[in-house]
Amino acid sequence: MSKAKTLLLQGDEAVVEGGMAAGADFFAGYPITPASEIAEGFAEQLPANGGKFIQMEDEIAGMGCIVGASLAGAKAITATSGPGFSLKQENLGFAIMVEAPCVVVNVQRVGPSTGLPTSPSQGDIMQAKWGTHGDHPIIALSPSSVSETFDLTVTAFNLAEKYRIPVILLLDEIVGHMREKITIPPADELEIVNRKKPKPEDKDNFYPYEETEDLIPPMPDYGTGFKYHSTGLFHDKTGFPRGKTEDAKKLMDRLMGKINNNLDDIIHLEDDLNGDEDVVVLAYGSTVRSAISAVNQVREEGIKAGWVKLKTIWPFADDYVRKLAEKVDRIIVPELNMGQLIGEVERVAAGKAEVTGINRYDGTLITPADVVAEIKGAL
Amino acid sequence: MDVNIDKYLRQDKMPHIWCPGCGHGTVLGSFVRAFDQSGLDQEKTVVISGIGCSGRASGYLNFDTLHVTHGRALTFATGVKMANPELNVIVMTGDGDGAAIGGNHLIHSSRRNIDITVVLFNNNIYGMTGGQFSPMTPTGDTATTSPYGNIDQNFDLCELAKSSGATFVGRGASYQPRKMIKLIKEGLLHKGFAFIETLTQCPVNYGKRNMIGGARDMLKWQDEHLVPDKKYEKMDPEEREGLISTGVLYQVSKEEYTDKYQQVINNVMAGESNE
Ligand SMILES: Cc1ncc(C[n+]2csc(CCOP(=O)(O)OP(=O)(O)O)c2C)c(N)n1
Ligand code: SF4
Ligand SMILES: [Mg+2]
Repeated sequence: MSKAKTLLLQGDEAVVEGGMAAGADFFAGYPITPASEIAEGFAEQLPANGGKFIQMEDEIAGMGCIVGASLAGAKAITATSGPGFSLKQENLGFAIMVEAPCVVVNVQRVGPSTGLPTSPSQGDIMQAKWGTHGDHPIIALSPSSVSETFDLTVTAFNLAEKYRIPVILLLDEIVGHMREKITIPPADELEIVNRKKPKPEDKDNFYPYEETEDLIPPMPDYGTGFKYHSTGLFHDKTGFPRGKTEDAKKLMDRLMGKINNNLDDIIHLEDDLNGDEDVVVLAYGSTVRSAISAVNQVREEGIKAGWVKLKTIWPFADDYVRKLAEKVDRIIVPELNMGQLIGEVERVAAGKAEVTGINRYDGTLITPADVVAEIKGAL
Repeated sequence: MDVNIDKYLRQDKMPHIWCPGCGHGTVLGSFVRAFDQSGLDQEKTVVISGIGCSGRASGYLNFDTLHVTHGRALTFATGVKMANPELNVIVMTGDGDGAAIGGNHLIHSSRRNIDITVVLFNNNIYGMTGGQFSPMTPTGDTATTSPYGNIDQNFDLCELAKSSGATFVGRGASYQPRKMIKLIKEGLLHKGFAFIETLTQCPVNYGKRNMIGGARDMLKWQDEHLVPDKKYEKMDPEEREGLISTGVLYQVSKEEYTDKYQQVINNVMAGESNE
């Protein structure tokens, strides 16, 4: 029986530990600061466990490669930062279309372009949702600590496998490079989800993109005799394009439906609310740390404040935030960007609560003092 | 030889989308015959294609098939092969798909000598999008994006693959299907990266616009310009002018990529258990 182990790790290293714990057996990618440690960690650990690592010629290739590996049966992951995340977008859309489970890590740095390579940012929140063209579903998770990075990496694989979708793990440079003590649970205590596969006897009546009851068709590995077709074109249940508009709608509705029908399972968040808050700080990623410390500080002064930590960024926690907005006067959204997720909060709050942002986009942090000042300004 | 090629084709997907006189069907027909002769296991074979008229080939083939993004077929193929080296992995691509947008992947897949067989349909043009020039459109030719004549230089893809590290390089042509079958079969059976360029005609978007004519004239053009490699090798540079060599142009035996990686796994795992 395996035992828990306590380690001092960087967030990037926790991605590797989490990936290995989740059963990752394939990594393909291209080096980039501040995500290279993830590639380096998998390069070392995967072959030692019988898995595969390959350094590709660019991020486009890295993304294509993990989708190919996934279709061949692997649990595959890639990792990058802003410039590379931009390059991955087309094949990310392809992965969504052919429903290939995989995990894409983006350790965010300040953009656009080469930007500030070693400074933290949360500038890719909207790109994670809309980076690839066209309407599409996506799942994006964002950890605020090293141990949460481990947990959410496991969750990312589980959701990818369960819903046959690429899952984006959005770190920021702070979480990626910060060192913290983490306790890795024994393997038998982790819940690991693997994709549903069709039975060999289903071969003759097999529709690879069938609209099953749960909207998630079983997925055979290549080479197991199903001889099926996948394409980035809109297709019907056979996997082939017919060029019919009704097929496009049907597939899009199913792709969205398989996620939207399971929001409770996909949306993870934590909060610390007493129910009488005047002001709530809603944060994600590294800014959560300043949010919590600021809330604790002002509570001692008698201010009725609380915090919410979003771990799932996409799909957005519409219902939760809507109810929150009905209860509180003001929601503060600190972000290391010019205001991205705040737009979602405003949309959902729909005027029921005042929504204000704290924004930093120069590669420096939002401090607890910044949040305290905003809370007090709000009162 | 009478072969049953039906089992390799998805009959229900016919008729295909290719124009009358298009050379792509000849390549597809040659491929299925070559595959049959190779003795490879159909159920353990994945065909991956990019975007273009040529990219539609995978949809007609009765294997595990994947029709990916423009130019990226080799990246997906690399993932499939690395994840499960027991699979035969075949890439079908066009001259735009494989040499322009996907050119870098061709270089690096060649360099790795990963066991993938590439069949590149070279019709010297972007067929699907209506006849824009490709990296294979000869200098001076007319295309919709070179209405005053193409000032770009075309180049020799087989030389590129060879110098990048491919261990099997060959060129076939739709005028010579029997030779092409043999060539593709040898490429399929080669262990390592096999690059096969097939010259195919696009009468609609290339031949007619460049005064070569329709399919028949284009095949006649091939007949007048193709030379078996053995003969080509013996010719003087002046004699070679304007001629194109066909057949197996290069073949060497070198350690294959997934084998090398398996060696890494074996070594690392053995080292660990010795601790
Ligand atoms: C990223 C991207 N850019 C451009 C296109 C448009 N496009 C589709 S096919 C094609 C050219 C294909 O030419 P080739 O590979 O020579 O194939 P052929 O049709 O000649 O067989 C282009 C440019 C695309 N689908 N995707
Ligand atoms: S456009 Fe050219 S390459 Fe495409 S199907 Fe027609 S003849 Fe063939
Ligand atoms: Mg072409």
